[in-house]
Amino acid sequence: MNAKLRLYILVILLMGLGIGLILYKHYVLGFPLLPDHKKSVWTVEAKVDFTARGDPVIVSFALPPQTPDIIFTQEEFASPDYGFSELPSTAGRRAQWSKRTASGPQTAYYRLSMYEADHNVASQQASDLPPEPEKPEFDELHKTAATTLLEQVRNKSANTEILVRELIVTLNSNTPNQNQNLLLKEQATEDYKTQLIIDLLALEGISARIVRGLYLQNNRRRQSLSNFVEVYIGNEWLLFNQTTGKTGKPKNFLVWQRGDESLLDVVGGKDSQISFSIIKNVHSTRNLAVKDNLSKQATLMDFSIYSLPIEQQNAFKVILLLPIGALIVVIMRLLIGIRTSGTFMPILIALALIQTTLISGIIIFLLVVSTGLLIRSYLSRLNLLFVARISAVIIVVIIIMAGISIVSNKFGIDQAMTVTFFPMIILSWTIERMSVLWEEDGPREVLIQGGGSLLTAIIAYLFMTNRTIEYLTFNFPELMLVNLALILVLGQYTGYRLSELYRFHSLERRNVTHQR
Amino acid sequence: MLLTSAKKLRSMGIIGMNQRNFGLISRYNPRHLYPLVDDKLKTKLLAQKAGITVPTLLGTVEFQHDVKLLGEILQPHEQFVIKPAKGSGGKGILVIVKHDEHRHYFKPSGETLQLVDIKRHVSNIISGLHSLGGKTDTVMIESLIQLDPVFADYSYEGIPDIRIIVFRGYPIMAMLRLTTHASDGKANLHQGAVGVGIDIGTGSALHAVQFGKTVLHHPDTQKTFSELVIPHWDKLLQLAAACYEMTGLGYLGADLVLDRDKGPMIIELNARPGLSIQVANFAGLAPRVALVESFESIDATPGQRVLFSKTHFATGSNTLSPRQERTRESDD
Repeated sequence: MNAKLRLYILVILLMGLGIGLILYKHYVLGFPLLPDHKKSVWTVEAKVDFTARGDPVIVSFALPPQTPDIIFTQEEFASPDYGFSELPSTAGRRAQWSKRTASGPQTAYYRLSMYEADHNVASQQASDLPPEPEKPEFDELHKTAATTLLEQVRNKSANTEILVRELIVTLNSNTPNQNQNLLLKEQATEDYKTQLIIDLLALEGISARIVRGLYLQNNRRRQSLSNFVEVYIGNEWLLFNQTTGKTGKPKNFLVWQRGDESLLDVVGGKDSQISFSIIKNVHSTRNLAVKDNLSKQATLMDFSIYSLPIEQQNAFKVILLLPIGALIVVIMRLLIGIRTSGTFMPILIALALIQTTLISGIIIFLLVVSTGLLIRSYLSRLNLLFVARISAVIIVVIIIMAGISIVSNKFGIDQAMTVTFFPMIILSWTIERMSVLWEEDGPREVLIQGGGSLLTAIIAYLFMTNRTIEYLTFNFPELMLVNLALILVLGQYTGYRLSELYRFHSLERRNVTHQR
Repeated sequence: MLLTSAKKLRSMGIIGMNQRNFGLISRYNPRHLYPLVDDKLKTKLLAQKAGITVPTLLGTVEFQHDVKLLGEILQPHEQFVIKPAKGSGGKGILVIVKHDEHRHYFKPSGETLQLVDIKRHVSNIISGLHSLGGKTDTVMIESLIQLDPVFADYSYEGIPDIRIIVFRGYPIMAMLRLTTHASDGKANLHQGAVGVGIDIGTGSALHAVQFGKTVLHHPDTQKTFSELVIPHWDKLLQLAAACYEMTGLGYLGADLVLDRDKGPMIIELNARPGLSIQVANFAGLAPRVALVESFESIDATPGQRVLFSKTHFATGSNTLSPRQERTRESDD
């Protein structure tokens, strides 16, 4: 009982550790649980054009902030002959290009590749309380219009969030009344509208700021940033679409800049212009996660299989599948009760099948083993010592394999050439054991055990070649701990095997007749 | 129905392979004792020391280069059995019932062998063909057991043997294994021998099965089993029970034979006895195991234990409550 308790504690520890690591990798490091999980990686290119006047040039350009919900895979800055530096400022990162003298048209590029992280980060908590907004200065006419509008909106709303939305909707309404017309003027620019909203909110004593961002759409060129309004409500900043009044960050939207600092400053140049182009690429999430975490040097990754050379990684891909095969063998033998010749021979056959593909592998296996059995039965008449005989069988197996390869090549059957993937020693042992079994227990037992081995091997093969399982075993080697725990539990199973329900089924019938 | 339910089997007290391996073998049979029974030569010497009757050892062949002396070893004996010391499940056993001056050897089936055939067989055994794990083996040459007349009508081309399961020294279940034409003269159930469940109390036949199906008479001799009673039953039980002291194995299968001249003797012990005995007896081992497991200490002598077994495990002695149908292993 003590031993049992200890075992179960061990099992629980292993399970917990294994599953915990898997969850950590999934939720924190961003490894997807399915192989086909894909992510869009956006490449955004910002192009800054201006005409230099022959004076010293300084170009200062706002860069998107790095937030936890967006992962930057690459950032590049290019512009010929310019000195470059990245400056952090209170309002966000800025890129600065500079040159002693320049004249004529100039171009600077900034390219960013990024994707959105899976885990949703809670909406941004304001780091500190924003200052009380300064009351904007309106002339008397505008002030009256603003107050009237605000009053009208305030009456319709229960809280600040609704008030902001209501305000935006009213300003954008198709049938503007006098006040709105007065405030918006004719053909107001987006920037003006943003500023107006911020000002109106300031009148209400609500802090708001401008947010510029980029809608991410594939294959777009000459895009510009869209304006949003971010309002401080209840300890956090809420993003509002300034045309529709919708809250929250839209899908595929990259926040580029917060606050009213300028997007682009050019000193010593004129006609400055900025345009964005966007391209979407689809990448496997797993590759992105590996790359991202390797570059971040997450401890778990630093000591993982990913840190090995690719060649070793590929070897491990196969090795990590073996525990799955072992689990299948344990289940087949302990729960189903299938007899196999040799405990783990089925796994080795399954490994060979992986290389040869299923059908051709089975045909080759049966061909080699049956031919081998024929020759082995002749060898047994030659009165050989055991070691010599098994060595002879090995050589015979190699000859058969060579024969199959050459003949199939002549006939143009390429699949049969994969015969070499079967381990010769395993084949020889199989032949030897089968032939002894045949002599002593008859062909029936050979069929039972051979069939059992092959069936187990095929089932193990099907599991080991399943893409999802292959993916999981390689990317979550922690699964081995779970597997180990399962096998430990199965090792405690003392119930009947499925085959025993058949083996003892006659008892039941006799039991019934007896009771009558 | 080809399958029965696990619940029914459990209610009958049938022990499955997993439970046997886990609850009986690994619990009661310490690993280091296995060689005592896996090597028949060791078992034989041990039995002789303990005063237990075994077939006479006529000679052994241990090395390949001694195989050429085989002719001389075999010369004085008209009948003999050649078997590997570490073989299992009756593998590699060669029975010769007579030979002539031209060195022709005859199997019970009448098949003729040359000396060279026997030499090959012996050399195969030595190189480990039949031993567990293919280790080099020793060849034992034993005297042939003479068929007791009581079995004359129940056997075909071979000697029937009696398998008794001894648990902590108590014989708990027994079965007679009869050779048939289908089993090629071997007493192996899965090769087609008939298994006859034997009443521990009296030594009389209970049920008989071949290939898992009930049979009422021997398939070759057509003799019905109903009047079969094994003679020297007490002596057989005593011998089996004494194997516990001899080997220290808590769960073992003793294979015994009745020799016409020498009476009951042990031919082989098994540390991993199979479970077909439950089918032949139409009874599960679990209740009997549970009863013996409930003892704080076991009776000191084989005689006392046999007496207990005969009263408690005899058919019709319904001393077992259904509560006791589970073994200790399944309680914890």
